[in-house]
Amino acid sequence: MLDYRLNAYNIWLKMDEPDWANVEYEKPNYQDVIYYSAPKQKPVLDSLDDLDPEMKKTFDKLGISIDEQNRLANVAVDIVMDSVSVATSFKKTLAEKGIIFCSISDAIKNHPELVKKYLSSVVPVRDNFFSALNSAVFSDGSFCYIPKGVKCPMELSTYFRINEAGTGQFERTLLIADEGSQVSYLEGCTAPMRDENQLHAAVVELVALDNADIKYSTVQNWYPGDKNGKGGVFNFVTKRGVCHKNAKISWTQVETGSAVTWKYPSCILKGDNSIGEFFPVAVTNNLQQADTGTKMIHLGKNTKSTIIAKGISAGKSNGNYRGLVSISKGATNSRNFSQCDSLLMGDKCGSHTFPYIEVRNKSSQVEHEATTSKVGEDQIFYCNQRGIGTEAAIALIVNGYCKDVLNQLPMEFAVEAQKLLEISLEGSVG
Amino acid sequence: MLKIKDLKAGVEENQILKGLNLTIKAGEIHAIMGPNGSGKSTLSAVIAGNENYEVEEGSIEFEDEDLLDLSPEERAHKGVFLSFQYPVEIPGISVSNFIKTSINERRKALGIEKLSTPDLLKLMREKMELLSIQKGYLSRNMNEGFSGGEKKRNEIFQMAMLSPKLSILDETDSGLDIDALRIVANGVNKLKSKDNATIIITHYQRLLDYITPDYVHVLYNGRIIKSGGKELAHELESKGYDWITKEADKKWA
Repeated sequence: MLDYRLNAYNIWLKMDEPDWANVEYEKPNYQDVIYYSAPKQKPVLDSLDDLDPEMKKTFDKLGISIDEQNRLANVAVDIVMDSVSVATSFKKTLAEKGIIFCSISDAIKNHPELVKKYLSSVVPVRDNFFSALNSAVFSDGSFCYIPKGVKCPMELSTYFRINEAGTGQFERTLLIADEGSQVSYLEGCTAPMRDENQLHAAVVELVALDNADIKYSTVQNWYPGDKNGKGGVFNFVTKRGVCHKNAKISWTQVETGSAVTWKYPSCILKGDNSIGEFFPVAVTNNLQQADTGTKMIHLGKNTKSTIIAKGISAGKSNGNYRGLVSISKGATNSRNFSQCDSLLMGDKCGSHTFPYIEVRNKSSQVEHEATTSKVGEDQIFYCNQRGIGTEAAIALIVNGYCKDVLNQLPMEFAVEAQKLLEISLEGSVG
Repeated sequence: MLKIKDLKAGVEENQILKGLNLTIKAGEIHAIMGPNGSGKSTLSAVIAGNENYEVEEGSIEFEDEDLLDLSPEERAHKGVFLSFQYPVEIPGISVSNFIKTSINERRKALGIEKLSTPDLLKLMREKMELLSIQKGYLSRNMNEGFSGGEKKRNEIFQMAMLSPKLSILDETDSGLDIDALRIVANGVNKLKSKDNATIIITHYQRLLDYITPDYVHVLYNGRIIKSGGKELAHELESKGYDWITKEADKKWA
């Protein structure tokens, strides 16, 4: 492991920070970042009930109480708080099926053969500036392995939270779905208010072996900074999955947080007949900036990808969609459908779409649709006239606009995502 | 129920209503007719509380309460309903979801418990039958891809569901074919009671063949220049507006 980290560090030193994204921010001083911080006490918890009340409060504010999760049951939670996993539940039920769901540090100790085989197999160390940094310094994260033919009986869930001031969080997630297995994985992220910018550079790798099916859902509301753009999280994340034969990876995400976001969950459709999907909702308000999108790399024959991207910009924010659809020479009869919609609120925000399309054979088909619309005064007045106040009207209109994506989320997450959208757009009109 | 006194209102510098008076009692149907640009739609927008219109002078009382002090949603909670001339689309929101939100927001404001889903569905089925609405309609998105007639019928359906005290039908007849017109008119007639009142704003006498008004008013150049019974509508149909507008032009010149 040490060699792996040193190698990554040396690679990172030689790399430049990318500046092609359509965002502006002051580059962090990487010497000032604290790379590892453990919570003051490291409690060993028997159950989620023993959780620190402070932490519970944060979850409650998020509208995602652990109580609720336990009640909804069938959700196994692995909480990464300042980089060290402090609670893991439902381990037993999972163990019976042979499913491994633990922190990545445990996985390195207990399942070195799997980690060695798959770590950096999807996102190579030298892939980009931030992935190299993560590889050198990642402190913890989640690891999940679903054995052959097993259908994971519950939604797996991780909550990340950045707590200490000046902490950079570099988690690493590795999820392997063996042949014919199925899993739905939920990731929720939150950060409390801080004046200074916090850096977050995570790497998520998904491996879907033949006939496997991975659904990866994210709800993220990291601190976006205040109205004047002070503070907030820099979110520079590399997420990528590889699909083998007949496998499917579906990314769904609802993101309302972070001051600057730079993130492109991608699918490498390596095996024939594999499927990649990307369903994001990205909300930016006040001075938030986001440059997000996906890469769909079609390598196998008859591969299919679908992208339905919904951007919502309010205040003085700037939202960008950047997507690459690449169909290689050998990926015959492949198909892609992309739809990129932007919704603008007020007249000071911006929204941009940058589609990149490369097709290298004649039998494939690519479709791209894009729309831009505004929440109209007439729509709001119409709702008002029906007794629906302006805030509720905006929530209704935004939910309608995001319906296609929200429908992809697991039930309990969809409700939370709706609440989150409402909270983050409060007071954005009128 | 509704008392409008010397109402002067318009958009920005442009005064459209120039001293309008109108009194409506419960149980009555009033038709407001008039040529283009006379201020018919401005009147409905001002009663509903559209903030693009500015009230300069005068008052509107609804059940002895000053309506102009209230926000559009508060007016709706009190029982004011506007059937829009151009209903807007709300993509992704089904008709049933929209109406449910609308009903429950009103109940919340009035301090009444939410309507249960079975009760809501029962009420919807009842009103759908009243307006000859086909199954499957409830799960369509609000006005998205609706024909002109469907949009207008959707307005009347919402009116039926919300059972307002005062309904304003702003040019509900425009864009309707004769069958749709009959269905809409039939719905309005069935919803009429001694406790509610309706204002029908229309360009043509056509709708009044199916809905019999108690009073007909002619709105011209921001004022009501003539009022009468239902026979006035027929007179306007045969003679046009010229014979009264000329007189008015002289008077207000």
